[in-house]
Amino acid sequence: MYPEYMQESLKKIEKSRPQRLKLAKSGEPIFSIMSAQERETVLKKFHPDYKETSKRTIKVGPNKGGLITAQVADILEAHPRVNIDNFNLKQPDYTTDLLIIGGGGAGCAAAIMAQKEGIKSIIATKLRTGDANSMMSQGGIQAAVNPQDSPVWHYLDTIGGGHFDNKPELVQAAVNDAPLVIDWLENLGVIFDKDKQGELRALSFGGYSRKRMLSCRDYTGMAIMRTLMDEVKNHPEDITLMEFFPAVELLLDEKGHCAGAVVYNLETREYFTIKANATIISTGGFGRLHINGYDTTNHYGATCDGPVIAYRAGARLLYMDSVQYHPTGAAYPEQIAGFLVTEKVRGAGGQVLNKEGEIFVYPKEPRDVETAAIIRECMERKMGIKDHYGRYGVWLDSPIINQIQGEGFIEREYPAMVRQFKRFNIDMTKEPLFVFPTLHYQNGGVEINEKCETNIPGLFVAGEASGGLHGRNRLMGNSILDYNVFGRRAGMYAGRYAKEHKAGKLSLEHVKRYQKQLKSAGIETDKISPVLLPDYTPEPVRDRQFTAHYEGTLR
Amino acid sequence: MEQVKKITVYIMGKAYKVPADQTIMGALEYAGYQLVRGVGCREGFCGSCATIYRKPGDYKFHMAPACSTLVEDQMYLSQIPFVPTDKPVYNIEKLEPDYTAFEKVFPETFRCVACNTCTKACPQDLEVMDYIQAIIKNNISECADLSFDCIACGLCAIRCPAEMVQHNIGLLSRRLYGKYLNPRGKNLKNRLQEIKEGKYEQEIRQMMTMDKDNLVKTYHGRDIEPDYRDVGAD
Repeated sequence: MYPEYMQESLKKIEKSRPQRLKLAKSGEPIFSIMSAQERETVLKKFHPDYKETSKRTIKVGPNKGGLITAQVADILEAHPRVNIDNFNLKQPDYTTDLLIIGGGGAGCAAAIMAQKEGIKSIIATKLRTGDANSMMSQGGIQAAVNPQDSPVWHYLDTIGGGHFDNKPELVQAAVNDAPLVIDWLENLGVIFDKDKQGELRALSFGGYSRKRMLSCRDYTGMAIMRTLMDEVKNHPEDITLMEFFPAVELLLDEKGHCAGAVVYNLETREYFTIKANATIISTGGFGRLHINGYDTTNHYGATCDGPVIAYRAGARLLYMDSVQYHPTGAAYPEQIAGFLVTEKVRGAGGQVLNKEGEIFVYPKEPRDVETAAIIRECMERKMGIKDHYGRYGVWLDSPIINQIQGEGFIEREYPAMVRQFKRFNIDMTKEPLFVFPTLHYQNGGVEINEKCETNIPGLFVAGEASGGLHGRNRLMGNSILDYNVFGRRAGMYAGRYAKEHKAGKLSLEHVKRYQKQLKSAGIETDKISPVLLPDYTPEPVRDRQFTAHYEGTLR
Repeated sequence: MEQVKKITVYIMGKAYKVPADQTIMGALEYAGYQLVRGVGCREGFCGSCATIYRKPGDYKFHMAPACSTLVEDQMYLSQIPFVPTDKPVYNIEKLEPDYTAFEKVFPETFRCVACNTCTKACPQDLEVMDYIQAIIKNNISECADLSFDCIACGLCAIRCPAEMVQHNIGLLSRRLYGKYLNPRGKNLKNRLQEIKEGKYEQEIRQMMTMDKDNLVKTYHGRDIEPDYRDVGAD
């Protein structure tokens, strides 16, 4: 149930629906698709990445002089969490072949593949295993499996969606591995949506030229993540799980190769060292930094920890000036602001409408373009609605989907979303959703090659923490693909590396050097990183916490 | 900004005044808790934030995910930081997709007394008892289907008088279904073969080395498969 002040607009949605339904059924695009020129114009003027304040030059480290998203630059130019002189590096607390930092999709895929290589690994993860954005993705995974599609089309769509900035060898790896990943996941027991002949059901979305997105209802991320976790836990002799143990620094050896990490027990507040012959960072993204003040679809733990510790150790970042805002985050009610409304809703015929009930954008533009168009509709054309919390939004007509696809379609295809909105008294089969762009994905990250190698020998990165695959804009369905393709590759290549290389004498001197650089660059900050957890303590509470001590965001 | 009225909730027995429009998780943070356990995706997928509560004048024991449940006046609640479960180790390659897998891995499945407590506990409104009973009736597909939306919060397992861990049992049924029972079409097999033979390698390499202007032209000139209806949907 929407409040009284939205009802007039809702009536207009109802009124224009029959006409819009006719349009949808005509088979023609329901709105003109933007030309390259139009896209550029709307992006430049309205996409948050193009705002002057959203980026700044970083003063230290491997990307010195380059542009970085401002809030990311702030935590890169921050103090370490712990005084490194405290550590006795001669006696590591744990030793392993392979250390995997982050137990989400990429980390679990890596551990499974490394295990196949005969490699023992430790997964050190900040919260529980599977506490990751991987768990939350609703939409699906891109893989060119249909006869009318091919990896070539997948390549072209991906690189065009990323504005041609994608690293070609990463896209090549992703599109070629994609069908392989589907086969691997099916053999592990993931249930994909299929037709009666057993063919994978594929849908088309923003920026696709072919129907390519495969799904597991709207619980795709959960279906895959739970399967991977379960398989990891079936190998307790080879894979050790350390939960509530975020990494706070990388360890290097005397050759400057990565040799493990310092981890922190979030509950007992002890620090431990893990020595490893190879290390994978698979810590995910940065939504919980609330870049540009945006709500986010991201997991509580998405605080950009991996790139921060990698950067301090000398790893180059790529496209960390680029942020993905998902065009349709829930904007009402307040309690679920930022929740993902999967692109599948638009893919199946959901239409984005202004307050007058008019279509103002083709619903399947690439995400950044769709986002910019929605912001334009609200800010410049004043055709959005401002709710009583001060949030802007437009309508996403969901009820029309059942009229296009047949009754019961929404209930069957989007059980997660129907449930989410029902908990807040909104019936998405009868009422449209109130949406606005929400902070969704870290397009960039630590630069890798197709073997997930970084410029630091022994350090591998996979999944959202890495950069290059998506260029400056990711297409829907390429993130689940990313963590599976590169999680698997990281496990294989890091596993092989760990067989051939032994970590040397442990050192944290790079942290000291980085601190010196901060000082000589004249950077004065009270920030501490990695951030580890967001801090949602309200001001009045903080004002009374006379004896509480905060290290960064942690109490 | 609207002024939201405040209500009282009891967090582990302690009273706090919180805005009436908060979720339980929002209320915990509003009250000053910094969460480490009992918090995760905050969108209803991860199952980390299982919460139990009662309300005055109501004998019922309520269960809900804290991230997507609104507070109510006078509700007294506690989060469950961790649900101890046994996760038996198994080799999926060596199991059959029928009840024998469960006899081996989760023999307690067959202790189900059909009391329906698990179903009542489920915040996803799943028919938990039915999916356990499906296994006893040797219907793995039904178990997989009914348990598909499980978020593994563990509330059923905490309540079960037969002491089983329903969400792990459901997961095994889904893995068995996905691996052995979900029909496999030809398209994926053909595509894997084509990739193995390097059918697309040259074309992709061509694009990898194309200059940007040409690539941009190729991209914008590509033909788009019409209509967004499913391929192969019934």
